[in-house]
Amino acid sequence: MKNYPYVILGGSIAAVAAIEGIRSEDRKGGILVVSEEPCKAYGRPLISYYLLGETDLPRMDYRPEAFYEENHVMLRLGVRAESIDPEEKTVTLSDGEKLGYEKLLVATGSRPFDPPMEGIEHVEERFHFMTKADALALDKALSPEKKVLIVGAGLIGLKCFEGIAARVKSARIVDMADRILPAILDETGAKMVQSALEARGAEFFLSDSVLRFEGNTAHLKSGKTVEFDLLVIAVGVRPNTELIKEAGGTVRRGIAVDECGKTSLPDIFAAGDCAESFDIASGTSKVLALLPNAAFQGRAAGGNMAGGKANLDNAVTFNSIGFFGTHVMTAGVYEGELYCERTERTYKALFTKDGLLKGFILINLPERAGIYLKLLKERIPLSAVDFEALKTSPAWSAFSPEARADNFAREV
Amino acid sequence: MKRIYVKEQWCLGCHLCEYECAYANSGIADMARALKGKAIYPRVRVEDAGEVHFAVNCRHCTDPVCVQSCISGALTKGEDGIVRIVKQKCVGCLTCVLVCPYGAVLPSPEGHAAMKCQLCTDNRMGEPNCVKHCPNGAIVYEEREAMQ
Ligand SMILES: Cc1cc2nc3c(=O)[nH]c(=O)nc-3n(C[C@H](O)[C@H](O)[C@H](O)COP(=O)(O)OP(=O)(O)OC[C@H]3O[C@@H](n4cnc5c(N)ncnc54)[C@H](O)[C@@H]3O)c2cc1C
Ligand code: SF4
Ligand code: SF4
Repeated sequence: MKNYPYVILGGSIAAVAAIEGIRSEDRKGGILVVSEEPCKAYGRPLISYYLLGETDLPRMDYRPEAFYEENHVMLRLGVRAESIDPEEKTVTLSDGEKLGYEKLLVATGSRPFDPPMEGIEHVEERFHFMTKADALALDKALSPEKKVLIVGAGLIGLKCFEGIAARVKSARIVDMADRILPAILDETGAKMVQSALEARGAEFFLSDSVLRFEGNTAHLKSGKTVEFDLLVIAVGVRPNTELIKEAGGTVRRGIAVDECGKTSLPDIFAAGDCAESFDIASGTSKVLALLPNAAFQGRAAGGNMAGGKANLDNAVTFNSIGFFGTHVMTAGVYEGELYCERTERTYKALFTKDGLLKGFILINLPERAGIYLKLLKERIPLSAVDFEALKTSPAWSAFSPEARADNFAREV
Repeated sequence: MKRIYVKEQWCLGCHLCEYECAYANSGIADMARALKGKAIYPRVRVEDAGEVHFAVNCRHCTDPVCVQSCISGALTKGEDGIVRIVKQKCVGCLTCVLVCPYGAVLPSPEGHAAMKCQLCTDNRMGEPNCVKHCPNGAIVYEEREAMQ
């Protein structure tokens, strides 16, 4: 049996960040990455841009060609980890091999969730939208005569719509929620984005869901029926937690980790969409399922696996996403007092509570948004800045001269 | 590494650095032709608040949150410490704009990409053109220690 100082299960964003984290502490110790997907890491969110023709396979690579070699990483691609034995400190792979680890990282991400829908197994052209393979399969199936049904008006379903809109006859989108992007937008924001999508041909069925499929007809709860040729299911994702659960580790909704990225099992860490984070805006542990967070967690866990002391106790949800040029930035929770600015094209909502910025929505107002995120993430008391000025435009002039000197007159 | 630092008390708020930045990154040798009658999109921005003026550009952070957050791997920190953007890889999601605490990554005017200061290593100036032309020495390019 082969033994490795570091073994990483999953080879995506969190895994790459962990490799970088490990190498910031330990230049030498061998790293083995086991990835069920048969390819090197790519920017997972880029699959919609691929369908749009705004990127291509080589440019989707998350790191340069030489990355793995330079970092002495061995890859086992297209192989699944089946089980972990935390006492023996071994992992068993789908090809039957068993290997030993000194430190193990579970970075298995998430998988699509399929709600029960009667007759779905008889729908022939049925897709998810999570992987490069999904995008390539869709790419082949798309054609200007086809009618598409997308189940789910969240980030993934709508990004899929953006990717395919110009390449199909029509696209209908069903969601149980009463508005699109329910996890990140309020009613006003959702309406604005919805109009932008409708202008590109999206037809929405909100507060509705598919009860059953009869061949290529979807029967909705409302009694309506939708004919389609091609179905995309994008209802949500579920964290891949089974490896840890079956090994006896603590799993809630995601894998439970401490602020160092450690699971409840010795020498086993977890990071990314399979793991929970402590979200400061809501004060709870939850799965954030966002790329930057997977990178932050992977980086910290990797460093700590190699003896570092990275601490991650200040996660926040934030997201920047565009649909046909309409840019949506969101962060935190929408609680407390609301400050709001609205024009035909733009929308700004800032939520404050207990003297802190708790959350915000910015539509088509990207300029210097990071200053708002800094206030939120660092929990900067609004009394320490000129918040009246910041409300209208994010700027460093609203910070104290000391804060400015600290940031602009020295290395950061 | 050498970085750009601002001396707030020396800044006149003349915005010349913004023009010098736009010129340096225009790829056009003649300054009048590069700037005259055009909207400019500099990567250094001067803030004005009453008597206070200062220039802001990328700090080339030691542990850059923009690099970690980029959804496509388009942002990198080189051996030389410079944080760069590989434009061909950028899909314009603006996640980097949302995470940079300095507001130093900017949406590119043509959309689909972000832009930032690369210390004039990506144009024919070779060293920061804003620093070179600041009439009052309010922006400097030098080595300084982190103050812990
Ligand atoms: C279409 C789409 C658009 C998105 N857009 C955005 C966006 O704009 N902004 C944003 O912040 N986030 C976005 N996301 C979310 C983002 O992609 C994820 O948060 C990120 O990829 C999480 O990284 P990860 O490494 O934790 O897991 P993943 O990227 O999910 O990777 C996990 C990997 O582990 C492998 N694996 C699973 N189980 C095993 C096993 N047992 N053995 C071996 N390998 C295994 C999987 O095959 C997979 O390759 C988007 C996601 C999608 C699908
Ligand atoms: S763009 Fe912002 S976060 Fe990135 S290195 Fe520059 S200052 Fe730091
Ligand atoms: S805008 Fe470009 S550089 Fe910035 S995070 Fe998105 S892909 Fe990366």
